[in-house]
Amino acid sequence: MTSAQIEIQLIACIVAIACAIPGAFLVLRKMAMISDAISHSILPGIVIGFFLTEDLNSPWLILLAALSGIITVVMVEYIQKTGLVKEDTAIGLVFPALFSIGVILIAKNAGDVHLDVDAVLLGELAFAPFDRLLIGGTDVGPKSLWVIGTILLITLGLLISFFKELKISTFDKQLAATLGFSPVLMHYGLMSIASVTTVGAFDAVGAILVVALMIAPPAMAYLLIKDLKKMLVLACIFGVIAALAGYWMAHWLDASIAGSITTVLGMLFLIIYLFAPNSGLISVLHRQKRQKIEVHLLTFLLHLQNHQEKSERHINHLNEHINWHKVRATSVVDLALKNNMITIDDHIISLTEKGRIFTTEAINYIITNKSAAIEDMKERFFLFRG
Amino acid sequence: MKEKIAIKVDDLTVAYNFKPVLWDIDLSVPEGVLMAIVGPNGAGKSTLIKAMLDIIKPIAGSVEIFGKPYKKQYKEVAYVPQKGSVDWDFPTTALDVVMMGTYGSLGWIKRPGRKQKKEALEALEKVGMLEFRSRQISQLSGGQQQRIFLARALVQQASIYIMDEPFQGVDATTEKAIINILKELRKEGKTVVVVHHDLQTVPEYFDWVTFLNVKKIATGSVKDIFNDDNLTKTYGINYKVSVLQ
Repeated sequence: MTSAQIEIQLIACIVAIACAIPGAFLVLRKMAMISDAISHSILPGIVIGFFLTEDLNSPWLILLAALSGIITVVMVEYIQKTGLVKEDTAIGLVFPALFSIGVILIAKNAGDVHLDVDAVLLGELAFAPFDRLLIGGTDVGPKSLWVIGTILLITLGLLISFFKELKISTFDKQLAATLGFSPVLMHYGLMSIASVTTVGAFDAVGAILVVALMIAPPAMAYLLIKDLKKMLVLACIFGVIAALAGYWMAHWLDASIAGSITTVLGMLFLIIYLFAPNSGLISVLHRQKRQKIEVHLLTFLLHLQNHQEKSERHINHLNEHINWHKVRATSVVDLALKNNMITIDDHIISLTEKGRIFTTEAINYIITNKSAAIEDMKERFFLFRG
Repeated sequence: MKEKIAIKVDDLTVAYNFKPVLWDIDLSVPEGVLMAIVGPNGAGKSTLIKAMLDIIKPIAGSVEIFGKPYKKQYKEVAYVPQKGSVDWDFPTTALDVVMMGTYGSLGWIKRPGRKQKKEALEALEKVGMLEFRSRQISQLSGGQQQRIFLARALVQQASIYIMDEPFQGVDATTEKAIINILKELRKEGKTVVVVHHDLQTVPEYFDWVTFLNVKKIATGSVKDIFNDDNLTKTYGINYKVSVLQ
């Protein structure tokens, strides 16, 4: 690997971590769309900042752009508070307006500025190593690495200091208020960090990818883990994985790095959505199917228990009387046989002692919702879990 | 007997978008009572307690907690919001939610430690939820979630407990458990204010009551004022206490 390649990957990883942290709280606050709004509406701030400073990495430009991010949030909340439109509509009204002001400003001054809409939307990660930070004539690395590195350090410092405040104001705003923590302050603090991070990251990865890096990794972590601290760590790990895999995918395809990272994020999310252990689609379908069979098993056993006469217990009777299809009847009988709950003697089904005890206890369990006696059975049967 | 006043509400008017939902409320809650706030839907019950807690700013009037504004007294007050006011899918455990009750005494930046954890575990035990301490909160039943909220208020070790419909959607066992704890709090001399819906249980659970319907109808001891007249004035239909009891 060349040093430029290492630098690009390092920048991508730091951007991913810096985005995942505020992103996790946005996801938990159900404010994911506000990051989309911020990422677009900082454009006029960036353009004006660029006219003033002539430097895309100037701290003034970052602050000015972050300010337009905050203005977006304030405007969205103001419009929403009028009660005339809902929040999503308010977001849809505000950010295109601000973004288009930025677009017009660029178009009017296109001759003298090195700034175009493509770069704004998709970023130019590949060019990041060319813009070096020189201190006293010594090259200390790419400028954007310093910018986003500083932002990440500030974010981490604030996260560690105010973790408890962020958590409580995210989970229960009213409790936070009654305990003397200002939820408004936390809200605008989080919005400021999200805005600053967006501006810092956006030069490297562009407006679209910033949103992807803020929302997708925390959303994946949320599906897998129900602990806030671990969720934050996992979100950062997912971000880094996507950044590195995306970089090499772009290298291999000779395509845009930002686009590749976003694609990897999308694929990772799809994999987790399908295969997550408890909340994943496949796991849910599997559980539903097992629950269905178990309910049928219990219905079947109960039927056997309630009927002593042989005609009711003939194997063919299952198809007619309980009104089940052949396939279902077979699978239920197989399950009962496998668990030694029934015996079949000349097409007549009888409950075994085990089957009798199981049926009685299962019915009791469902009625009273608890019984220590079948705790071990619960492991094998979904039926008794919730 | 001269009693100390725990909460004093003076000429309180609250409006949403300039539409008053509470009109000129005067109310004194004596220290050490277990008080129900009753009234029909839309009477402003939740709004009243939110104004007491300084969550909603009134357009007129004031609230004093032991003679001082809420901001100076917030450590004296514990609030149990409606169960539905938070997202129970939040990634956290029962113990962690209860620990949040200790954040107020910790103040900014300081992190909860062993002492706070011990207090939280004790509160969980009091509400009978100790065995569920590591359970993810979305996997608790409605009654269990309400107990967690109560435990969170208990660790605040406040003098005043304000609760918004703690009995809504909970099973009979939980309701009994909660009311026993509230009665215990009263025994310890704490003041408890509860927004309550079930008129039948008012005489059994509470010793103080406030009738509210945008305006204050009456406030006083259950023995003196829980009668047909006040019920009719509050709910607008003929109510008979005898039917309720």
